[in-house]
Amino acid sequence: MMTLASFTPLIQASYFIAAGLFILGLKAMSSPVTARGGIVWAGVGMLLATLATFLTPGLGNIGLMLIAIAVGTTLAWWSGKTVKMTDMPQMIAIYNGMGGGAAAAIAAVEFAHGEAHSPLVASLAALGALIGAVSFSGSCVAYAKLQGLMKKTFTLPAQNVVNALLSLATVGLGIAVVIGQPANLTLVLAFFALALLLGVIITLPIGGADMPVVISLFNAFTGLAVGLEGFVLGNPALMIAGVVVGAAGTLLTQLMARAMNRPISNIMFVPINAGANGEDEEVTGSMRALTALDAAAVMRYAQKVIVVPGYGMAVAHAQHKVWEMASLLEEAGVEVKFAIHPVAGRMPGHMNVLLAEAGVPYEKIFDLEEINAEFGTADVALVIGANDVVNPAARTNKSSPIYGMPILNADQAQNVIVVKRGQGTGYSGIENALFYGENTRMLYGNAQPVIGEIIQHIKTMG
Amino acid sequence: MNGLEISGLAALYIFLLAAFTGYEVISRVPVILHTPLMSGSNFIHGVVLVGAMISLGHATTPLEQALGFIAVVLGAANAAGGYVVTERMLAMFTSNKKGGQS
Repeated sequence: MMTLASFTPLIQASYFIAAGLFILGLKAMSSPVTARGGIVWAGVGMLLATLATFLTPGLGNIGLMLIAIAVGTTLAWWSGKTVKMTDMPQMIAIYNGMGGGAAAAIAAVEFAHGEAHSPLVASLAALGALIGAVSFSGSCVAYAKLQGLMKKTFTLPAQNVVNALLSLATVGLGIAVVIGQPANLTLVLAFFALALLLGVIITLPIGGADMPVVISLFNAFTGLAVGLEGFVLGNPALMIAGVVVGAAGTLLTQLMARAMNRPISNIMFVPINAGANGEDEEVTGSMRALTALDAAAVMRYAQKVIVVPGYGMAVAHAQHKVWEMASLLEEAGVEVKFAIHPVAGRMPGHMNVLLAEAGVPYEKIFDLEEINAEFGTADVALVIGANDVVNPAARTNKSSPIYGMPILNADQAQNVIVVKRGQGTGYSGIENALFYGENTRMLYGNAQPVIGEIIQHIKTMG
Repeated sequence: MNGLEISGLAALYIFLLAAFTGYEVISRVPVILHTPLMSGSNFIHGVVLVGAMISLGHATTPLEQALGFIAVVLGAANAAGGYVVTERMLAMFTSNKKGGQS
């Protein structure tokens, strides 16, 4: 009869293979051709690691564990299957937050054991708890904002001072917990409460275009927290997977922040707030509207049309209509290209996912660097529900909060047609000079019916 | 815990190499895959479930059990949700050659 302890090499081998599969999976996910295989590989690794863990010698509470796994898996599986593609960003945020919460909870169990840990282990546990708890509560706020449960951004008076004091207090309590091993439960409780509060306070003032960067940052946070708790538990699967994700997430966050020309520290500490700086340059001129029929005619008889999709297209679920329109134009001999700003939508690559869902081939989708020079030769730039990413103020107006952010030069096209729901400002609340340009015409309405109307007109033109 | 013995120095090496691996692996990702990739890496840190299971498995007092239970629920949700969402997104990238011409 085999004793449980003799399974240990098997467990270690499973963790080793799982860690390898995670890295290979991430690598495969870096190319469109192999991406789908990548997630399956990583999934096999996860299954292997989870099943192997059941063989851990002396593992108790199996019944409770099975119930917990069933509850967590069922809820997440169901919500993940039913969520709309446009709501993906907030789902990623909330699942990520849960991972951070799990890491923090692991640390809490360690402290609740009531036995003394070495200063190193206790420090790692506390650091992981802090990062994980911030990621958890911060991601919950990010979810609430993107889901529309929380409309406004709140900025406290002297926000940065409050952030700094709260951070200091939290770190101070963390140090007290580490020094006072075995941990004093009241201190531990206060430490966790402050860490959770910190995540909320940090995230509340952040809005608009900065959201994807914050979600990505919290993703990296959770990875690091998981890695740290891996060191506490002496578990190589957690260590490797956590640190790999922490590093990858940090790089991804930097790439996104760079695309917006906003240092991460600016996003975290000086939130965009157009109302507060009060120095908005007056935008002169008036917006001129045009009809769907005119828009159809301009595009039908153009040589080259560049489509700039934004979040407005996503909320209107207009991607299928847009591709149908593009196909019709191509049949009529018009060259159609799609220009994607790195932070269009709510996450980098969000627009690409939606266009892929609609069936737009990769060859027609271009990044900012690839296409920006081409706007000058385009007859029409069709801006669908995008705003800040085509705002020329980013190039010219030094007092604008988005000054310096690379934008798509839609204003350089011969004609600019902007499909927009109303006359209001974009998500960041900044006026857009593009809409008042000489060569710009506004086409008001929800993107889906508007594009549908254009399609009808193009069809009648033959 | 009952894992294999890892000295502090070996742990440091693991940290270093894992960090470089993560950095290198992602640096070649095209922009169009950034959202799926973030989602995919989100799934991978769902391995926190394993740590949560070990924590709950060694919990003795009701407080530890409650905390461990929460950890496992959250970890399982991270893993399962991360997988489903990533899978759904990536599925679109493979089937887009024919579709959309309706």
